[in-house]
Order: sequence, then structure tokens, then C-alpha cells
Amino acid sequence: MLRSIAARRLFSSTLARKDTLAFIEVANGKVLAASLSAISAAKAIGKPILGIVLGPEGEKGAESAAKIDGLAKLLVAKDAKYDHYLAEEVAPLLKELVSKNSYTHFVTPASAVGKSFLPRLGALLDVQPVSDITKVVSEDTFVRPIYAGNALATVKSKDNVVLASVRASAFPQAELSGSASIEDVSEAVESGNRTEFVGEDLVKSERPELGSASRVVSGGRGLKNKETFDSIMNPLAEKLNAAIGASRAAVDAGYCDNSLQVGQTGKIVAPELYVAVGVSGAIQHLAGMKDSKTVVAINKDPEAPIFNVADIGLVGDLNEAVPELVSKL
Amino acid sequence: MSTKLKILVPVKRVIDFAIKPRINKAGTGVEKKGVKFSINPFCDIALEESLKLREANKGLVEKIHAVSIGPTKAQDILRTALAKGADTTTLVDVGEEEVEPLNVAKILQKVVEKEQSNLVILGKQSIDDDANQTGQILAGLLNWPQATNASKVEVSGDEVSVTREVDGGADTLKAKLPMIVTTDLRLNEPRYASLPNIMKAKKKPLEKLKASDLGVEIASRLETLKVEEPPARAPGVKVENVDELVAKLRDAKAI
Repeated sequence: MLRSIAARRLFSSTLARKDTLAFIEVANGKVLAASLSAISAAKAIGKPILGIVLGPEGEKGAESAAKIDGLAKLLVAKDAKYDHYLAEEVAPLLKELVSKNSYTHFVTPASAVGKSFLPRLGALLDVQPVSDITKVVSEDTFVRPIYAGNALATVKSKDNVVLASVRASAFPQAELSGSASIEDVSEAVESGNRTEFVGEDLVKSERPELGSASRVVSGGRGLKNKETFDSIMNPLAEKLNAAIGASRAAVDAGYCDNSLQVGQTGKIVAPELYVAVGVSGAIQHLAGMKDSKTVVAINKDPEAPIFNVADIGLVGDLNEAVPELVSKL
Repeated sequence: MSTKLKILVPVKRVIDFAIKPRINKAGTGVEKKGVKFSINPFCDIALEESLKLREANKGLVEKIHAVSIGPTKAQDILRTALAKGADTTTLVDVGEEEVEPLNVAKILQKVVEKEQSNLVILGKQSIDDDANQTGQILAGLLNWPQATNASKVEVSGDEVSVTREVDGGADTLKAKLPMIVTTDLRLNEPRYASLPNIMKAKKKPLEKLKASDLGVEIASRLETLKVEEPPARAPGVKVENVDELVAKLRDAKAI
């Protein structure tokens, strides 16, 4: 009796010890900071972690991806059809790998790319994915924000494989101190893809990347126009070596590019310092920044909701306060 | 030769975007009693886009069918959709239960077959569960092309070209119909329904079904163990001038 229990335990523990497959997003030959955060989430799950990079872009970044601490192995799928990470190509390949190797977990950063292919993978595997996790409670239980971050739901997955996207700002970035072995993916998967990549128009910026910057300065409607936005926000960002963000109002009014929007429907950031200039602080904007360590608000309206989350608030005219701040920093 | 569009627009009834949700006493979800509900903003944009496609391309759109999966009250937002210009609607009444994206997509797959839709336009996410999954899952189930976070949709013949919001800028994809598109906020500005149209909508078709009528069994894969408030931030201070602001920043070691 005792022996059978012991045997069963042994059996179940060998069964349970399966791997996590982690998608590592590479852009311009560099591993995305968000991917490093996703690896930290994978570590918290506690299984051996296999990384995977895709396409020519992934191949370029493979050497640095293999250095991510915590990786047991790095898989490289070199095929050019994985360039641009089309969900129609990525999901069938991952489905093949996950089902063939019976990985118990798959994680991806909750980037535009990850959000695009993960649910499609869920459909192929008949699994309900878990979006945007901010905490790993156990290997099947996770915390994720709902209602624009106004509530935190703890959810337990009953699926046999957990598919999760990871909110980068909620996990530290894994170090680049490892040396995983690199292995080519040999599977050739026929996807039946009919989608064609036409082109892209990416915003070039010398500023740090918004999603991973340790400091963010963000402008809102109060900046009035594009000229003021640039003339007020650029010097402040430069002085603080910060990324520039914006509220939806500023983006819609054309003060800056869409990709700079911070909020429920834009980027989610949690920098050390977040300076909100002329931002009222609507629920949807707060959803994207309220986990920042120190929040500074500069706004002429003392009733603006942004002051409810600001650690340091200054009621005043941003046209005077911000240049003065720049000169005194 | 151009293919006529039979557009399916799934719409979700959610707590109005301007309302700050409160957690219920049991800590199992968000309080829904006596709270204002509206059409999910992204779904509204999806509906608007299908109406725009019809208006901009004479003879292109054969039918716009709106569908909602939710409680009986979700018929209110279907009436709104009809008032704005949808031709026909279906309510899949699932009661008060929150249905996961995988199940929603499975139901939608059946509706796509029933309505013989060749273009499905969905919101990119609903502002309650913030999952951002349904469109992609549906595309996966149907093995159709998908274009998420659309900021521009153009149809030429049977080819759809979509400009998408991605990290760092935009990209453009194109595919032949049938196709799935999910909408970003920037795609368009939804219209309001006029009073005469609201009156007319009362006579437009609203079909009522159960999930079982479509042969879909709803079993959740994710169990919600609890729902809680996010940790509150410590109250901040207001400073009088920039010098004090700089001093506070130095105290906080933020600079």
C-alpha cells in the first residue's frame, strides 16, 4: 500500500515535470525587453524553460537570446515565413511544437505580436489563453487585471496546457548571463496562410523604448497642439533621459504618434518615474501607468483625477512650470 | 470580380466605460446591479466600420448582421446596432454568466456559418475582461486570415487591406476574403443613432437563440478564484512650486 502510494507519487512527479516554451520576440536583431520579463514569469512557473525565436529576425537575435538567464535551450525556426510574426504562420508552428512535445506551459510577452498570435494558438489547441498576467500564484493559477486595472482577478486554468501572455511591466527583466545551447527547429509546418505582409511604418526615435523605459514623461490634451507638445515634452524627456508617452486625447488630436499612447488600449508602463503633463487622468489612462513607482502630475486643474494617483502634484500652468523644471533639473 | 460582403459584427454589452467598477462584497466579481451598461466601445467602432464600408462602396455590402452573446438585456445594444444601420441581429442568450473568449468564438463560428459571413469585424478587446482574444480565436477556428488592431480598412475586389497599430508604429497586411478584422480606437468615430432610426429599429429583425440551439456547450476553462481591488496608492502631496517639486523628486531618489 505504502509502496504503491510512493510509486504513484514518483510517477505523478515525473509526469508533472514538463517544460515551458517561451516565445522570445526579437526586433532589429535585439531581444525585446518585454521578452526578458516574460522569462521571469516563466521562471516563476517553475518548469525548465525552452526559448524559441522565429524567422530571420530571430536568427539574428539568437546569440543574445541564448544568453537569457534561465533558458535550458533555445530553439530557432529560421524559415523566412516567420518574419513579421504573422499569426497565421506562427500559431500552427507553435501548435505543432506544443502538442508534439507536450509542453505544459507556453508564455509570450503581451506585446502586439504576442496578443495577435496567442489566442489563435489557443483556437488550434482548444485552450482558453490567459491574457496579460501580472503574477504567477502557482503553475496553474495567475493574477490578471480586468476592467482597465480597476480589479485584479485570480484565475485557475483547467486546461492541460497553459497559454499565457505576460504583462512586461509586472515582472523584472531576466539577466543576459546564461549560455543555452541553440538548436534548430526541424518541423516544417504547412499553415495554409493567405495573409500577406505589405509593409510597415515604424516611428524612429532616439528616446528609450516606451514599454521598458525607467522614466516616462507623458503629455495630454493640456499641451494644446503638436508644436507645444514637442517644445515642452522633448526638452523634459531629454533632461531626464525618459521615453515620451501620451494620453489618448493627445494622440487623437495629432500631437504625437499613436504608438506613444499610454493606457488600457495603448502601452502599459510601470517606470520608476512617470511625469504626467497636462493629462487629466481618465480611468483608461490610469490603467496604463498607475503601477509606476513615483508619479508626478503637472496640471492647472486642481480637481484633475491624475492628482489622486500622483505622489507629487503641482497645480500650475505647464507652459511655465515645465521649462522651469527643465532648467532646474 | 468583386465579392459581396456579408459582414458579421459581434457586439458586447459591458459596464459603461466612464464608470469606475466596484468589486462585489463576496469578492467574486464586479458589482453589476444598478450600473449603467453600454455597447463595448471597440464593438461600436466595428459596427461603424461596417456601415462606412457600405456607404463608401456602392453595392459592396450585401448585409450587416450584428450578434451579441450575453444576457437577455443585451438585446438593448442590438437595438442600438439596428438603429445605427445593422440589417439583422441575433441574440445568443446565455444568461448572466460571463462567457470566455474561446466559447464566444465557438458560438460566433456557428453564427458565421449560419449567416454565411465572409468578413467579421470585431472590437480588439472588451473593456471588462480586457482579454483581446475573441477575434484571433475565431480566425484560428475558421482558419481565416486575421488583422488585429486595425486603424484603416480598405476593400478592393475580394481583397482586404488593413493597416494595423503595432508596437512602434503601424504595419499593413492584406488578404483575400473571408477574413477577420479587429478594430483599434483610431479606426473611426462611431455615429449616434437618431430618434427616427431608433423607432424604426424596433421593427427590424432580432432573432433570439440559446447556445444549445447552435450546438455549443459552454464550459469554462478558467475558474475565477477571486476578484479584488488593486492595492491603493499612498496619498500624494501637492507642492507649491517647481523648487519644491525638484526637492521632493530628490527625496524620492527619482532623479
